[in-house]
Amino acid sequence: MEAAHAHGHAHGHDDHAHHPYGIMRWVTTTNHKDIGTMYLWFSFAMFLVGGVMAMVIRAELFQPGLQVVNPDFFNQMTTLHGLIMVFGAIMPAFVGFANWQIPMMIGAPDMAFPRLNNLSFWLLPPAALLLVVSLFVPGGGASAGWTLYAPLSVQLGMGMDLTIFAIHILGMSSILGSINIITTILNMRAPGMTMMKLPLFVWTWLITAYLLVAVMPVLAGAVTMILTDRHFGTHFFNAAGGGDPVLYQHIFWFFGHPEVYIIAIPAFGVVSQVIPAFSRKPLFGYTSMVYATASIAVLSFIVWAHHMYTVGMPVVGQLFFMYATTLIAVPTGVKVFNWVATMYKGSLTFETPMLFACGFLFLFTMGGFTGLVLSITPVDVQLHDTYYVVAHFHYVMVAGALFSALAGIYFWLPKWTGRMYNETLGKVHFWLSFVFFNVTFFPQHFLGMAGMPRRIPDYALQFADFNMLSSFGAFGFGLSQLLFLYVVVKTITSGEKAPQRPWEGADTLEWTQLPSPPPYHSFETPPVVK
Amino acid sequence: MIGRWMNILTAGLITGLWTITVAAQSQVDFQTPQSPVAREVYDLHLIILGICVVIFVGVFGVMLYSIVKHRKSVGHKAAHFHENTTVEVIWTVAPLIVLVLMMIPSTKVLLLMRDASSPDMTIKATGYQWKWGYEYLQGEGEGIRFYSTLATPRDQIEGRAPKGQNYLLDVDNPVVVPVGKKVRVLTTAQDVIHSWSVPALGVKQDANPGFIRDAWFKADTPGVYRGQCTELCGKDHGFMPIVVQAVSPEKYTAWVAGQKKMMVATAVDPGKQWTLDELKARGAKVYSGNCVACHQATGKGIPPTFPALSGSQVVNGPKEGQINVLLNGVVKQGKPTAMVSFKHLSDADLAAVITYTRNSWENKTGEAVMPVDVKTQRK
Repeated sequence: MEAAHAHGHAHGHDDHAHHPYGIMRWVTTTNHKDIGTMYLWFSFAMFLVGGVMAMVIRAELFQPGLQVVNPDFFNQMTTLHGLIMVFGAIMPAFVGFANWQIPMMIGAPDMAFPRLNNLSFWLLPPAALLLVVSLFVPGGGASAGWTLYAPLSVQLGMGMDLTIFAIHILGMSSILGSINIITTILNMRAPGMTMMKLPLFVWTWLITAYLLVAVMPVLAGAVTMILTDRHFGTHFFNAAGGGDPVLYQHIFWFFGHPEVYIIAIPAFGVVSQVIPAFSRKPLFGYTSMVYATASIAVLSFIVWAHHMYTVGMPVVGQLFFMYATTLIAVPTGVKVFNWVATMYKGSLTFETPMLFACGFLFLFTMGGFTGLVLSITPVDVQLHDTYYVVAHFHYVMVAGALFSALAGIYFWLPKWTGRMYNETLGKVHFWLSFVFFNVTFFPQHFLGMAGMPRRIPDYALQFADFNMLSSFGAFGFGLSQLLFLYVVVKTITSGEKAPQRPWEGADTLEWTQLPSPPPYHSFETPPVVK
Repeated sequence: MIGRWMNILTAGLITGLWTITVAAQSQVDFQTPQSPVAREVYDLHLIILGICVVIFVGVFGVMLYSIVKHRKSVGHKAAHFHENTTVEVIWTVAPLIVLVLMMIPSTKVLLLMRDASSPDMTIKATGYQWKWGYEYLQGEGEGIRFYSTLATPRDQIEGRAPKGQNYLLDVDNPVVVPVGKKVRVLTTAQDVIHSWSVPALGVKQDANPGFIRDAWFKADTPGVYRGQCTELCGKDHGFMPIVVQAVSPEKYTAWVAGQKKMMVATAVDPGKQWTLDELKARGAKVYSGNCVACHQATGKGIPPTFPALSGSQVVNGPKEGQINVLLNGVVKQGKPTAMVSFKHLSDADLAAVITYTRNSWENKTGEAVMPVDVKTQRK
């Protein structure tokens, strides 16, 4: 073990010299750590852009009446906020984790296809640029919601075309990245690292990568059909030409539901590393966690139409999708029970990563419960397209995916940078995020139950109080994330030196075998896993 | 340092108190159910919520217990167990059983909700960007048809006037139905997908262009039930409410009689010669009900999607061209644009609004377009 450690060290210093410096280092890099870092910074930048859009939305909704923006621009904001957060912020953040962590956790020197890896990342900035530029073309950005439902999306201006191309490029990036991840995990494990010894984070990414390869082409197909309906005389979604607008929704959600798990499953993986580490106790039910994750992935392909209970499908179809959807509660429940059982009789400490993981566990489960409520077709008909749904998916996306990503950042930052973050500021960041998140989104359940539709720039007076509260929470949540930026920058520039293994209970290869920070090229000689 | 923490604590307390105050004053539940389906849904939701709360307390009870008792700081040493097949089988099978039990009432309510058979009357609701059109197809009142647009003045929306009681939830012509009668609603749309929703009656049904879907309700008690379009349908999605007024059968009969009388009264003699001012006055009303959302009160539109009428070549050109646009909509490169056909308006209304646009803002054609002109071009 010691030998491998010293070996890695020596190489790390040598290899820096062979690389270009300055901007060209980042443009040409094929190193999984550099690319991981770029993914993470890119996703944070997109998180801020999408966040500013959320602030515009909440500013308009602060009071009844139209004050800040016009309804058309409001719709552009909700659309781009959704697209940018899903495709620009959350997905790249977890690919960033995958890049940094998968090779180090399985004892591989790098990703299987390093040049492809470079391409996967560099496809993202042009796509992001297309999305942002679309706001400034005649007619403005796409304003049909992130779901881009036809025929509304067929009506819009050229901003919609730019959005379609952005989605094509983002899809290519995801597919290439996924192929790389699958190949790396299947072929590049260190001797002795059998599949059932893989850290759970690696397992979750393997499953996610398969989901991505399966559904990103479906989304690309759906938006291409919109493109041809718009410009090339096809009538896929136009009843007058023999098409059906609901067909778009079927195709979109065949992608869209697995997409929810593409976001959630890597988040499960991060939390499954953090909770055992700070419980100082191995993950409870490792095998059942792997099977539960795989079942969630499989089930995610047969529940898509629960997003469409009000389109008027046959009642037998509604029954099928209701039964299939509630089934997902079983493996998801197993995961939650396993995490709690891991904490049970552990020796718990609550550093920032653990706080975010517990915040995840608590709030994600709440999102799971509202998900169960929404899976019941007759109840969903009452709540569909209201703020209850907005609250539900922000509990799953923000308190689920984002909190888990933040847990992961605080957890691995000492390893990646070799420096410790400021624990007090980290904890303040958690508590501000936790409180403001709930102030923002909890009242939205009530708004939805009382009947406030989503995607409206103005609302009836009985919704005014909760909306003001929600906006107040959103501004607080947004500002709190600037504290996060400060904490990260401070860590990188002047954090205290981190030991190889700052967390007592962390036992995967990057902690036990590699110094902090790890050498530029780690595991050139694979470690032996017993 | 302590001062700063006190500030944070105070801010936290104020936020918490504010939350509680708002929650105490605002509605934290569904709207009071007013139809059999809405009541069933209300009860079903309570059952599901109850089950969720029990599981919530169980799971987070254990988590909280661990957080308090199994901390390193209270000296707890970690156990090393990490598997227990019995426990895992139990917590896989038990939820499965609970879910199966939950499916029983859910299935019942769903079947009730979707059974729109043998209605007492049928109303067709058509979604337009951005208003609703209603046609009474069958049952008492058959033949009545009207449009229902937002009645809240722009001044209230843009903050130039205080907001009224039913801000954004008021329409010029509500849907009137008798209480205790099964009303089947057929939904469809002219342009994009809309959704017809009245929460208190337990109805929400998408209106898909080119297709017809159905839903039903039976209002228990007389009253006014308000809802909104719930499928994003473009710019003014937030401004096309739905108002259902449930009245006693006697009042309903009286309303039907009134509507029929009005329909006869408004049927205009097609050969009548109108003066320019008469047409302009009528046209201004038609414009504010149908055109203003896109082309704006200033006639300047929101280019490029919604072009200006003021100074427009079509509006200032031959009247036949403009009549054609209103009757058939605008199709560019084989695909429909936001300018859809308005042929559902009467000849008089179309002639009036065309005259209005040809003599407003920068447009000074001084020309009056007669209903008969529209009639000739209508095929």
